[in-house]
Amino acid sequence: MSRRVVLIEDEPNIIEAIRFLLTRDGWQVETHSDGADAVEVIRAANPDLVILDVMLPGKNGMDILKDLREIEGFETLPVLMLTARGQAKDREMAEKAGVSRFMTKPFSNAEVMDAVRDLHAQASQQ
Amino acid sequence: MASLNLLILVCLGYVVLLFLVAFAADRFAAQGAGARWLRSPLVYTLSLSIYCTAWTFYGAVGYAARSGLEFVTIYLGPSLVMMAWWWGLRKLVRVGRSQRVTSIADLISSRYGKSNLLAIGVTVLAVIGVTPYIALQLQSITLSFSIFAEADPNGTYSAERSVFWVAAGLAVFAILFGTRNLDANERHHGVVTAVALEAVVKLVALVAVGIFVVWGLAGGIGATLDRIDASKIGQWQVESGRWATITFLSAAAFLCLPRMFQVMVVENVDERHLRIASWAFPLYLLIMSLFVVPIAAVGLDIMPEGANPDLFVLTVPLSQGQETLAMLSFLGGFSSATSMVIVAAMALSTMVSNHIVMPIWLNSREGGASVSGDVRNVVLMARRISIAVVMAFGYFYYTLSGGGAALAAIGLVSFGGIAQILPAMLGGLFWRGATRTGALAGLTVGFGLWVYTMLLPNLGGGVMPQIWLTEGPLGIGWLRPTALFGIEGLDPTVHAVLWSMGLNTLFFCAASLVSFPSPLERLQGAQFVNVFEHSAGPRGWTGSVAQSEDLMIMSQRILGGEEARALFLREARRQGARGHLPDPTPGFLERLERELSGSVGAAAAHAMIGQIVGGSSVSVEDLWAVADETAQMLEYSNQLEAKSDELSRTAKKLRDANEKLTHISLQKDAFLSQVSHELRTPMTSIRAFSEILRDTDGLADEDKTRYAAIIHGEAQRLTRLLDDLLDLSVLESGQVSLNTGAGNLGDVLDHSVSTALAGWDTPLQVQRRRTDEDVPLETDLDRLAQVFINLIANAQKYCDAERPGLQIVVQQTPDFLHVDFVDNGSGIPEDAQQMVFEKFARVSTEKAGGAGLGLAICREIMQRLGGDVSYLRGRGGGAFRVSLPAALSLAAQ
Repeated sequence: MSRRVVLIEDEPNIIEAIRFLLTRDGWQVETHSDGADAVEVIRAANPDLVILDVMLPGKNGMDILKDLREIEGFETLPVLMLTARGQAKDREMAEKAGVSRFMTKPFSNAEVMDAVRDLHAQASQQ
Repeated sequence: MASLNLLILVCLGYVVLLFLVAFAADRFAAQGAGARWLRSPLVYTLSLSIYCTAWTFYGAVGYAARSGLEFVTIYLGPSLVMMAWWWGLRKLVRVGRSQRVTSIADLISSRYGKSNLLAIGVTVLAVIGVTPYIALQLQSITLSFSIFAEADPNGTYSAERSVFWVAAGLAVFAILFGTRNLDANERHHGVVTAVALEAVVKLVALVAVGIFVVWGLAGGIGATLDRIDASKIGQWQVESGRWATITFLSAAAFLCLPRMFQVMVVENVDERHLRIASWAFPLYLLIMSLFVVPIAAVGLDIMPEGANPDLFVLTVPLSQGQETLAMLSFLGGFSSATSMVIVAAMALSTMVSNHIVMPIWLNSREGGASVSGDVRNVVLMARRISIAVVMAFGYFYYTLSGGGAALAAIGLVSFGGIAQILPAMLGGLFWRGATRTGALAGLTVGFGLWVYTMLLPNLGGGVMPQIWLTEGPLGIGWLRPTALFGIEGLDPTVHAVLWSMGLNTLFFCAASLVSFPSPLERLQGAQFVNVFEHSAGPRGWTGSVAQSEDLMIMSQRILGGEEARALFLREARRQGARGHLPDPTPGFLERLERELSGSVGAAAAHAMIGQIVGGSSVSVEDLWAVADETAQMLEYSNQLEAKSDELSRTAKKLRDANEKLTHISLQKDAFLSQVSHELRTPMTSIRAFSEILRDTDGLADEDKTRYAAIIHGEAQRLTRLLDDLLDLSVLESGQVSLNTGAGNLGDVLDHSVSTALAGWDTPLQVQRRRTDEDVPLETDLDRLAQVFINLIANAQKYCDAERPGLQIVVQQTPDFLHVDFVDNGSGIPEDAQQMVFEKFARVSTEKAGGAGLGLAICREIMQRLGGDVSYLRGRGGGAFRVSLPAALSLAAQ
């Protein structure tokens, strides 16, 4: 059974990098770069994991996460948040909104992949 | 021969004329019309001539006929005072005005602590002293009547009866003139004007007679001088003791006579008039005295033996058949007598009613007067009765003295009595140590001695037993009235003046030294002696402005300088006054009182204003002291208030600064956060792909190349971002140095277009009108190009038209050079049009090449160049306008 991930990100180069890493690790990657309808896209895709940027056009990642957690069945869906704004209060906000893992850009590829595998393993055990 | 009836008719006509003049002057004064003329120094000087009474008009000639040149002393005294003591008179006038003195009794009383006893004393002294003088006028008029009566064959003339009617007539005249109305300042413009007219009549009459005598009778100046030498006038020896004494007496009388005080001080409207009067009045006296000796000499020569020399002025022309001249001369004498009587009676009645009748009447009524109209009527009635009483005194004196004494002798008696006021007056003006006790002592002693040594001996007719004069009372030789303490051989007048004035002065000084003044006396003493330090200069001598100044000074002490000045200035503007002092109108006083009561309480404010405007018994100085204390307390509390104000101001400043800092800090945080985000984003790609390249084996070559290209692009993006940040930082800090040079707009645009579009596969179509672009520029051309490049590049990046195009339009207005960049895309949404110039503002994420700093930099640059860049609405596509001030472009033309 293939593992599916939805990547919400607006920087084309970053999308390409993450897509390359995840595909190599056996993930099926769906990307979307607009924040406004991101919740609908995630809901429809019903993935095993979501990688979410914060600074997005239309709707920011924090709000997307909050809305996502309201939806039945998505309360515990692993969400890895990647943001270029790595301040302490951003991390706090993200945790409040129900983030599973919070990482700041730039990241090391290995760290991201470790986090993805870790989150997936936790979710699979439950 | 003129009939007596005609004479009476002429007199009545003259009186009616005077009435009309007085009435007109009052009317003018009330309307304010002709005020300049009424208040001229000429009228003032002429009014001073009431010093020249019938005594001087008739009596001087008689005096000269009897005693030679001694008559000159009567003119000498006042002339000396006017010329040599001008400054002293100014002080007297200033004090009188600033203290609102109504009479000489009021002056003395006011100086010595508002003592009513002194006021009564001076009033009594003045009435008794002036009574012989009034009798003198009665006598002169009666005598002059009798001259005409004797010449009237049909006349049934009785001297006894005529003197009564003359007295009654003068009383009625004075009552009608002087008490027609009540004036708060005791000023009578009408009377003063009438008196001035009479002064002219006197002068003209005497000069006319003189000219007639010198050129008509004696036959010229030389012949006149011969006659004078021939007459006994030329042989009279000048007796220095009498000269000095009588000069002194006339000078003293000039200052102290109630009628002189009335015209000189009370009726004075402008202190500066004194300066002109100081030479004009002596000149008047000089002209008056010019023909006295010739008339006397010629009269003695041509008139029969035993003719009264007092009447030469009348009898000489009559004897020559010059009836008209005699009539004019009669009118001159009549003028002299009437003017003196009117003013003297007025002045005396003011004193009598203010200091004797009114206090008695007020005391007799429980609770004092309640209705002001009531008081007014009582005052007027008191004045009228006083005039009648004064005239009655004069009449009785005349009948008592038998009418026999020479005019000059009576005049001197009067002068001697009035002169007793002098020590108290001068002492009060110049010596702060003078006290009420001293004044009372001096006046009493001087008055007593005058009565004993001068008045009683001169009354004759058995008033004083003859034996007193020869043997002394009760046979005590050293008490003889004309040889006190055994000093014999002196002229009776010199003797009397020496003793009365000497002991008066001595007692005044001694008693002043041993007694202590009351606080009120002390304050008034300071006010009098230092009057020039306290009162306004001549400029402020209309009473109202002087009051305003006092009010201002007081208000400054209470309200503080600036506030008081502002208050007065506001009021002055409201009244339309030209200066910075308003008139003390009732409305203004009420407002000022309210203002002051806020500081010192209602009662104190009322008292203070009442003092300055109304004149209560507390001196201005006294109140100033109170005000000073209040002001000190106020200042202290003001200082505290100021400190607390300052503290709260500082606190507010700190608050503001803090807010500003907080705001700046927030902006900085947001900016740093933005910068951090903008830096991290390309770095993320660089790191990710470089790790991929490092860690991934067997990557296809084309992938390797592509990933390396991404890394390269992102690195360039980073560099651009850092460049932009530095550029913006320099521009914002204002440290940028402009590299101004001359160039042409077209060239700058050429360079900008080629630079901006270089490297694009499908550059947009740029549309230009070269003819419009031939504009010389004088500015930083590189910076301007940077702006152009940015705008063109933006159009290239963001224009979403199928076939992107850009139109560059150049327009010149008188003030600006506009360069518009309009593309054919969909433009910027309205809500984002202003935002685009903010830092890190990006409308769309797609094709984002920069960090969103471009337009912010453009705006900064254009503002440095003195112009601006703005978004143009409604131009179809995205449209930006770059504006340069015309000066920068035209300067090079």
